[in-house]
Amino acid sequence: MKTINNIPCELKTTLKIDTLEVSIIGDWVLEAETPDLAILLAQLGEGSKITRLVFSTMALGRWDSLLMTELINLIDYGAKQGIQVDTATLPSGIQGLLSLVYAVPERVGARRQEVKTHWLEDIGKSGLSIIGDAKALVAFVGEIALSVVSLARGKARFRWIDLWMNIQDCGPSALPIITLISLLVGLILAFVGAVQLSLFGAQIYIADMVGLGMTREMGGLMAAIIMSGRTGAAYAAQLGTMQVNSEIDALKTMGFEPMEFLVLPRLLALILIMPLLCLYADLMGVIGGALVTITFFDVSLVEYFSRTANAVHIPDFGIGIAKCAVFGVLIAVAGCMRGMQCGRSASAVGNAATSAVVTGIVFIVIADSLMTVMCNRLGV
Amino acid sequence: MINSSLRIQNMTMSYGDFIIQRDLNFTISRGDVFIIMGGSGCGKSTLLMHLIGLHKPLKGDVFYGNESLWQSEHKERQRILKRTGVLFQSGALLSSMTLAENIALPITEHTLLGSRRIREIVAYKLALVGLAGFEDYYPSEISGGMQKRAGLARAMALDPEILFFDEPSAGLDPVSAKLLDDLIRSLRDNLGATIVMVTHELASIFAIGTNSVFLDPETKTMIASGPPRKLLIESRDPKVIRFLTRDETENRNKNETKHQEKCDL
Repeated sequence: MKTINNIPCELKTTLKIDTLEVSIIGDWVLEAETPDLAILLAQLGEGSKITRLVFSTMALGRWDSLLMTELINLIDYGAKQGIQVDTATLPSGIQGLLSLVYAVPERVGARRQEVKTHWLEDIGKSGLSIIGDAKALVAFVGEIALSVVSLARGKARFRWIDLWMNIQDCGPSALPIITLISLLVGLILAFVGAVQLSLFGAQIYIADMVGLGMTREMGGLMAAIIMSGRTGAAYAAQLGTMQVNSEIDALKTMGFEPMEFLVLPRLLALILIMPLLCLYADLMGVIGGALVTITFFDVSLVEYFSRTANAVHIPDFGIGIAKCAVFGVLIAVAGCMRGMQCGRSASAVGNAATSAVVTGIVFIVIADSLMTVMCNRLGV
Repeated sequence: MINSSLRIQNMTMSYGDFIIQRDLNFTISRGDVFIIMGGSGCGKSTLLMHLIGLHKPLKGDVFYGNESLWQSEHKERQRILKRTGVLFQSGALLSSMTLAENIALPITEHTLLGSRRIREIVAYKLALVGLAGFEDYYPSEISGGMQKRAGLARAMALDPEILFFDEPSAGLDPVSAKLLDDLIRSLRDNLGATIVMVTHELASIFAIGTNSVFLDPETKTMIASGPPRKLLIESRDPKVIRFLTRDETENRNKNETKHQEKCDL
């Protein structure tokens, strides 16, 4: 049906005293070559004697939106010039559509003007938005604190099954990726150190370096960054979608506090699980280091592990685990806050997930630096 | 010109092993406002999915004119479906784009028109549905009824021959629903398009439906077809009558007799 040859579009005009008759000829279908309307409009422009416009559609073939847009251009221009446009001779379908188009006048003020802003204003606004963000964060942390208080008093209302589901989701389900990354980080640490240490024939100290590096720092940090991307983003997307579907509003009207019902189980799950993941990541890192050291640097398995046991003490584990619990709180806060702040559209959910990960990682790195400096000063 | 614009032949629909409806046979003629009706969960919307190429039937086929939808290759199917427009229940506008971008999307994708012409067409389509001047709004900034009308403008972007509606009046107040019905009818009259509509709004069914099919969830097939007004008068099937009268006939008759008795006394 689409292969029918189109009859080219044409506009012919005949002037009778003060009336211009426009004959519309041919198939006016999308993608057809149209005659330039400007020539016709010029005839109607300033200084012309024409006061009335009529149409003849004897030779009009097929038509669609193309003809409609041209007619609307013509009618709008005519109205501006004070020319009476007579549409009575147009086919009834076109007349019907035209009456629909002009049935609802354009709402005054609906159209938007593009507002140009000065670059200084933009900078000022982004500065203010940082302050706004900081305020929102403080408010959010405050609300979490209140809900923790009500949890401690046994008044917080949430479903324990949700807590278990969240624990399942951020704990055991995350093990494969944690295994892979931690093993590789241990491996890399060992390689990097080994090249230097073997210059002095001190390969055995690879065990010290990997053990301390993983337990005090890298195990927790890697677990936190993985969980920020994996679970923080998921929290933001879940809560964001609930916001889009008005589920959070529904919870509020049923008398649930979203902070208690949604945020608390997620927060608790991460606080409980992160230290365990940290321990697991430590173990995987040490195994990764052992693999390298035993295979390439002539150290036996027993030597490696006894060296590790000598070098790493309980406080080292304690520091790593404590850090990781803090990271858990930060990841949950970033994810849940972005989710709760989410707008009501698909793209807003995407933005929420993105900024949850970005915020989470920024929090983690800042907190880690602070805690490392503190440990250093305190001599732990 | 072929008189039937859509023909459904021996179609059986299922989700996996679960049969939704079987042995559907009906024809939608050019210029019809065809209503697909039935109670909740009878497979109305699923039938629509099958007609617009989103879900493959277990058996049978859909014919657009003489072309089979499900026997065709993917590219052929895309070409056939270019002649259709769909208005989804909630409008299904892409939320990250303005109304103008939403409507321009199919036009830029399927034609070689210049940007000025596309802008004019977008303005025209928005004016048709009563949203002149709302080009730069995002879907989240306008009301539900307006979103639905904007969705209609997008469905009409490429001047389709067949327009599909999934519960167009759901979630609208009676006046807006009536306005939408009027709009649909005048678009049918003026564009010569065929309308296929899934709905259970009785007011719309009787106001604009010219033909219909009734799906029954218990027997899992169609149990009536024909113009809705004629079905109301002539159908003998209690299920169809109960649906078309909102199950109020009995009550109404009772009330009338009571009223009569009072008058007699």
